[in-house]
Amino acid sequence: MEIKVVRKVLDVNNTMAQQNRNLFAGKKVFVLNVMSSPGSGKTATLVKTIRRLLPEIKCAVIVGDICSTLDADRLSVTGVPVVQVNTDEFGGDCHLAAHVIGNAAGSIDLDSTDLLIVENVGNLVCPAEFDIGEDARVVVLSVTEGEDKPIKYPLMFRVCDAALLNKIDLLPHLEYDRNAVVKNIMQIHPGMSLFEISAKTEEGFDPWIMWLKEKVKKKLS
Amino acid sequence: MHEMGIAMQIVEIAAASIPKGMENIKVEKVNLKVGKLSAVVPESLRFCFDIVAKDTPLSGAQLMIEEVPVVATCNECSSEWTITGPVFTCIKCGSGSIRIVSGRELDIVSIEIADP
Repeated sequence: MEIKVVRKVLDVNNTMAQQNRNLFAGKKVFVLNVMSSPGSGKTATLVKTIRRLLPEIKCAVIVGDICSTLDADRLSVTGVPVVQVNTDEFGGDCHLAAHVIGNAAGSIDLDSTDLLIVENVGNLVCPAEFDIGEDARVVVLSVTEGEDKPIKYPLMFRVCDAALLNKIDLLPHLEYDRNAVVKNIMQIHPGMSLFEISAKTEEGFDPWIMWLKEKVKKKLS
Repeated sequence: MHEMGIAMQIVEIAAASIPKGMENIKVEKVNLKVGKLSAVVPESLRFCFDIVAKDTPLSGAQLMIEEVPVVATCNECSSEWTITGPVFTCIKCGSGSIRIVSGRELDIVSIEIADP
């Protein structure tokens, strides 16, 4: 005997994500989900980004890692509230799920936050699958990872609104085909916003900061 | 990579779908739809499901996975096609303005229980 069920397996996560979205909408907080593979420069990029947004845009960060508070320590030099989530108590989860964000947001003063940045667990696969109630998704890809990653991890590049191509200060030392990576990104996600940056030298930051500010202000207005 | 968590959700949803009064029933099959664009590996999911299902009404049930192809339609010329490679532009007119119709599914369709 067959019993119809017809339910999304991720229903629980999606419901929690919607609750988060309602909470953030009520508090007028823009939520940015930042994803990438480990070592692409998410934390360094965010430290520089936050410094440029302050004091105009009040930021807070939720940072996810399987282990350690190393990233929270690095981010805390900006002076903004940082909540570190370690997923290993949930079995070393490979992503931040919506309920984790909901809990972590509880320890942030959302009334005095304009932009909540979620630095997801370093992983180009799983975080793409989990809605956390964010307003925008950004993927950071460093030039040392090769030109082929958008093609190997299409879902990540499909679900993100913008890509940050990081570590361009290293280009003179690499055999890197910049046109190839742009072509690969655009065939996965035509028209995707793309910013070529160096978190080290801050080259290319102006258009990225402008893009982000515009989105945040739109939600605040 | 998160197949264990997915498997736990499947067991929870499937177990909750067993009609009242049939709690001791044995579930034989769980029918799933998994989109090709979802970050789930069917083999890993089966492996995790077998472990998680132990000591539940789902114990020993077969996970039947129907893989759903990635189908897109073009917003410009209305073509519909199946995406088989990493190219998400219209195969007819080359437009990048497309809509993914299927391929992101991760749905439980039904469970099958032994006839009483």
